[in-house]
Amino acid sequence: MTAFIAGPNGTADFSDTPLWLSVVKALFIFVYLLVSTLLVIWFERRVIGRMQQRPGPNRNGPFGLLQTLADGMKSMLKEDLKPANADSVVFTLAPLITATMCFVSFSIMPLAGDVTLFGHRTPLQLTDLPVAVLMVLAVAGVGIYGIVLAGWSSGSTYPLMGSLRATAQMVSYEIAMGLSLVSVFLYSGSMATSQIVQAQESLWHFIPACFAFFVYVVTMVGETNRLPFDLAEGEGEIVGGYFTEYSGMRFAMFFLGEYINMFTVAALATTMFLGGWQAPFGLPDNGWWGLLWFTAKLWFFMFVFVWLRGSLPRVRYDQFMRFGWKFLIPTTLLWVVAVAFYVAAKNNWFGGPILQIAGRDYSLAVLIVIGVCASLVIVASWILGDRAERRAAERLPQIPVEVDPFAGGYPVPPLPGQRLVEPGAADDAYAATKEVSRG
Amino acid sequence: MTNPYVPLLILLALGFGFAALSVGTSLVVGPKRYNRAKAEAYECGIQPTPRAQGGGRVPIKYFLTAMLFIIFDVESVFLYPFAVAFNQLGLFALVEMVLFIITVFVAYAYVWKRGGLEWD
Repeated sequence: MTAFIAGPNGTADFSDTPLWLSVVKALFIFVYLLVSTLLVIWFERRVIGRMQQRPGPNRNGPFGLLQTLADGMKSMLKEDLKPANADSVVFTLAPLITATMCFVSFSIMPLAGDVTLFGHRTPLQLTDLPVAVLMVLAVAGVGIYGIVLAGWSSGSTYPLMGSLRATAQMVSYEIAMGLSLVSVFLYSGSMATSQIVQAQESLWHFIPACFAFFVYVVTMVGETNRLPFDLAEGEGEIVGGYFTEYSGMRFAMFFLGEYINMFTVAALATTMFLGGWQAPFGLPDNGWWGLLWFTAKLWFFMFVFVWLRGSLPRVRYDQFMRFGWKFLIPTTLLWVVAVAFYVAAKNNWFGGPILQIAGRDYSLAVLIVIGVCASLVIVASWILGDRAERRAAERLPQIPVEVDPFAGGYPVPPLPGQRLVEPGAADDAYAATKEVSRG
Repeated sequence: MTNPYVPLLILLALGFGFAALSVGTSLVVGPKRYNRAKAEAYECGIQPTPRAQGGGRVPIKYFLTAMLFIIFDVESVFLYPFAVAFNQLGLFALVEMVLFIITVFVAYAYVWKRGGLEWD
């Protein structure tokens, strides 16, 4: 493991980083993101293709690697349409906001530890702030404006609906996302990404903050409008959502923004929960090795995104909102309380003896806190599960036991568990009705 | 040691420059053929719905969601300083945090009871 060097304010040490080196690093991150986007679009189409038992794009370049570049060139050469109803200034501004904001969050991601770059020793991270994660959330919030304004300025029905949906979806899941990060701050005692990575030197946060990790992964799919949560673009319902009226390069900007946002949320997940650039199993991660591990973890999340898209259908909007507001937010708040108690017990604020179990020290308070939390979860799932089952049973339609297959004059097959009325009796009843109507 | 926000602005400028350059290039390079039907709003080929005055009204549900977002997002951001300074503040932070979350839950239960979280 590498030694960490801390700078002032509990952030990474940038004392040996002149401004021109920051420009070089900014260029590096910019190119890294662009190349990753080109690759991930190809990767997604190839993997989805394999999942659907077809080859996927394989013509342009070796293994079709240049497909995305070709698509980009094509959209560059297409006519840039603007509908007559559109608000021309905002219509142009919206894709620019999306494409600009998606790059910014990456400036605080630690891509690797300290490296030597042109004779200067500097962390492979553009900048580090004491409020780095808050900055990521703020930038994501500004990025939503691109989508809102795109739908509003198009002057068309479907984009407006798409942008409303996207906004409601993103803001709803941003709360759960913000709350899921609180437990990481509790464990690491900092909001600076370099310190959070450092705090995971012995144990990556996805184990002690397992529920927060689960919530974060769900919300990150919701935040990026990806299947199964791509309700803002639902092709079957609202054509393309907020970018229906966009074409050519402006559409490509939204496309770029979506994929870079995927990298951003995945990078945040890596940094917060999966140990950032640190290597698993004590493999080397000093210097440039960190970049390899960071990229590998990023691509793991990319594969998860593609995998979800390949296997899950789109959810219904009310189900999606109910899940966000009625499950993710309250449970994450309770999780924060549980983690707070755990950290307090671990800091020995409650006192109590230290027990020796199997050669390791355990504080009695920690064990009590874990036990109380576990039993509360079991009791809650028992009570709530019972209630949900009872409600589901109430909601089922009452199926009559006996059914006359010819009641409406058309033959209707019986449902499972239904008993048929004697066909003869049914025929007689049918004949009787005929006679009545004839008479 | 420069201001830590300066490199951030450099990346912002790079991103904006790239986006503006690509959109600008496509404006110059791309063809321009006027057609009245092309400039109409896209509604799968049918006559577009006439646009209401001022963009029309949107369902109140979205407004409610935005309001609830502001309340709960600000509350979750208030938890951040607690969490970061937790170890320094001691038991006081734990009690404060729990009291604060109970207060949040009161508001949350009220909204739920009033049907603010129902989508239909």
